[in-house]
Amino acid sequence: MTENAVQFLYVAAAASFVLSLKWMSAPATARRGVLVGEIGMLLAIVGTLLRHEVVSYQGILIAFFLGSAIGVPLAYLMPMTAVPQRTALSHAFGALAAALVGTAEYYRHSPHGFVMVALAIEMLLGFLTFTGSLMAFGKLQELLPGRPITYRNQNLINLSILGLAILFGVMLVLHPERTWMFPIFAALALLFGVLLIVPIGGADMPTVIALLNSYAGLSAAAMGFALDNKLLVIAGTLDGSSGFILSVIMCRAMNRSFANVLFGAFGQVQASTAQAAQRPVRSATAEDAAEILDSARLVIVAPGYGMAVAQAQHKLRELYDLLTKRGVEVRFAIHPVAGRMPGHMNVLLAEADIPYDKLFEMDDINSEFAQADVALVVGANDVTNPAARNDPSSPIYGMPILDVDKARTVMVIKRSLSPGFAGIDNPLYYEEKTLMLFGDAKTFLGGIVKELGAVVHA
Amino acid sequence: MGFDEATLFVFMLAAFLGFELIRRVSPLLHTPLMSLTNAISAIAVVGAVLILGAKGAPPLSRALGFVAVTASTINVVSGFLITDRMLKMFKKREAQKP
Repeated sequence: MTENAVQFLYVAAAASFVLSLKWMSAPATARRGVLVGEIGMLLAIVGTLLRHEVVSYQGILIAFFLGSAIGVPLAYLMPMTAVPQRTALSHAFGALAAALVGTAEYYRHSPHGFVMVALAIEMLLGFLTFTGSLMAFGKLQELLPGRPITYRNQNLINLSILGLAILFGVMLVLHPERTWMFPIFAALALLFGVLLIVPIGGADMPTVIALLNSYAGLSAAAMGFALDNKLLVIAGTLDGSSGFILSVIMCRAMNRSFANVLFGAFGQVQASTAQAAQRPVRSATAEDAAEILDSARLVIVAPGYGMAVAQAQHKLRELYDLLTKRGVEVRFAIHPVAGRMPGHMNVLLAEADIPYDKLFEMDDINSEFAQADVALVVGANDVTNPAARNDPSSPIYGMPILDVDKARTVMVIKRSLSPGFAGIDNPLYYEEKTLMLFGDAKTFLGGIVKELGAVVHA
Repeated sequence: MGFDEATLFVFMLAAFLGFELIRRVSPLLHTPLMSLTNAISAIAVVGAVLILGAKGAPPLSRALGFVAVTASTINVVSGFLITDRMLKMFKKREAQKP
């Protein structure tokens, strides 16, 4: 009787999750999506607590309390610029939970056959996603060097370790009673997670975070197979396909394959090519920039990770307000891989109160650069590099870019001429129509705002 | 607990449904989408509760279960809350001060 009720609750929970993702499609309904997702989770948890297998509640309640005590501050105190780190951390938590449930199942029920296959997949993905996500967190939080770290035969070593982990997984499936193999299997999976992220540079983080998201979901889905729980399969698979699609979108936005992102160690090769000949650039002051912006009709801003680092989004909003007030149309061009995770720039600009109908995707705005008087590049580099379009020898050749160089004037706010994260020289800076605004993005934008303000009051 | 091929069908259908649903999500919302799906995949809490609350669970199971319930509760709570916090910031121009 209760078992039936539990199954109905699970069905309702699964339906809620589907609705939740459906409503997530547009900003107008997205918050409703979160609410129905919360209801779904509540139904799933209540349903589980009602099951007759669950007899001891004390530990569960303590863990719920402890988890909430950590989760609430994590949600409210994290600054928006730290969202990529928080996301990486939560992938680690989710993967850890899946891996530990798998471990407990293995020791408790000595499973075999199909259940053991599912458990092995769950634990492999869980353990490697756990350490991989912790590494991603360390890199994003700058606890670890963000540059890719490479060594000789890296791919060979990494793939051998993955191969060994899979081999031990297969042997565990064939001989589940050989428990001595389990710690080796777990250790290899944990090690592979670390090694997988070591060669990943910051520019590839959006793809990798999405991929880890997918793994964490698939791990939960595998748990569903092991426990014969269809709700887990549905929810885990939804997450798995979401992460997968996002990483495909990210790869496409860089014109690279999965294999190339994971094993290519981008941002290593160029150190040598970066020593381009010193060519003259035109630089300008805040005053010059303010004057040009003031006389423009259409200004398109191309933000990048540098904006997040400099925390310049609020100054950018002030500039937006001033220009809009003076009748200048200001739009924002968002490259899919700008920032450190999918959609990173949108969240930061929304946080600064810039209306989201001014944020445009690359494909929608690229044709408008030709009509723009000014393209203002704030902390973006590779995603504006025309070499991607016309230099077949460039490492980023073929990557779709924001066509900022089609605008009448291009202004680039940048600390120095040093190459960007991928370490590739950007010919945009040497073009005749390009004005380099050297300095910290936040300070420089502040300077422009001040100059514009002075004109207003004059 | 044995092999139930119906679960494979569920998996296949959920994968296609996931593709169709996620494809429609505006790139504007990709960051909140990721934190939402992360909260949803914290459904692993179900498996963790079954381990921790089981009758006569040995100490190892209880310890692993306890950590697993805590970790997935963190994801449930912080995932949904931060998604909502992010979405609250997305405003259209009309909603802004003049």
